[in-house]
Amino acid sequence: MERNIALVALFAALIAALGVIPQVTLPFGVPVTAQSLGVMLCGTVLGARRGAMAVLLFMLLVCLGLPLLSGGRGGLGVIVSPTGGFFIAFPIAAFVAGLITQSWRRVPLALSAGVAAAVGGLVLYAFGIFGLAQVLGKSLGEAALLVTVFIPGDAIKAVLAGLITSALYRARPRAVLSRA
Amino acid sequence: MISLTSPVETRAHDWPAGAKLGALSLATMALFAMGGVAGHAAAFAAMLALYAAPGAVFFRSGMARLRVLWPFLAIIVLWHVVAATPGQGAVIALRLVTAVGLANLVTMTTRLSDMIAVVRWLAAPLRRVGIDTRALELGIALVIRFTPMLAAKGTQLARAWRARAARRPGWRIVTPFVLCAIDDAEHVADALKARGGL
Repeated sequence: MERNIALVALFAALIAALGVIPQVTLPFGVPVTAQSLGVMLCGTVLGARRGAMAVLLFMLLVCLGLPLLSGGRGGLGVIVSPTGGFFIAFPIAAFVAGLITQSWRRVPLALSAGVAAAVGGLVLYAFGIFGLAQVLGKSLGEAALLVTVFIPGDAIKAVLAGLITSALYRARPRAVLSRA
Repeated sequence: MISLTSPVETRAHDWPAGAKLGALSLATMALFAMGGVAGHAAAFAAMLALYAAPGAVFFRSGMARLRVLWPFLAIIVLWHVVAATPGQGAVIALRLVTAVGLANLVTMTTRLSDMIAVVRWLAAPLRRVGIDTRALELGIALVIRFTPMLAAKGTQLARAWRARAARRPGWRIVTPFVLCAIDDAEHVADALKARGGL
């Protein structure tokens, strides 16, 4: 019990800390950071339920007004901003990524975690595009066009999530709850 | 830990947080239901007036936080100028800025402790049906405590990398970074257990 709470809380803090690592901002103001990588790692390392809980804890603190999102953003404005859809999809993406990692065990962890992060990324895009379309008053197709520049970056992040998860499993097998 | 609450004390700081959050959700729903340009312009002006009321320092720091929206506003303006639908564009742009502005206003005028009290209050029904919410409260405290610590460790890792490599630190420092978090979590779990646990 104590161990689960500590892992969930420390991974929530990890998402926040990953936002501090220097970022690159692409056009349209959506910052490209390691933060969404952190969301995926919550799922692939902690598994579906605990991963989603870690992300929800992080989101709760952002909504309460802590500047934990990359670029020091935070507060309630995040939900109604154009990128709010991506934010709302965070726990669902982590849950889906966790579910795939913990149930697809026949292949090496790097592969299943990588695929899990990629599918989690698709969930993120589905919600994110819907949110953009709603707030900017555009059709889903038009909103999808606005985010195509980010797809290569996120594909790379999915591969990295797979490699990092498998490296973590080699270093601390007991802490990778999705396989423990 | 720095929060986004404004250091400028306003009268709104003393209003109950639950009421502010309730009013915010009603206002946001109204904004998304409303159609005309005149109504949105009025709402926008009212939002600006609310920012201006506590004084210039408050107004400037509030506006600085809305600056992240400009790329989206640029897209909207460009789009609707090209499509020759300026009225529709104005509604979308005004609604966007007003909705984010109002939400940011609540964040700026509500202390973190008041926000956490609202979370406690919202979790009360869970306690009544027998679910222990201490884990949630402990979790909030742990994240607030450990985020700056982990961020400092990440900075140290990046410096250690720079001391040895010519290239900038990339994704390779993420693995040791996550290991730091995992090891810290194990220590915290042991410390919690040693103090009697939950």
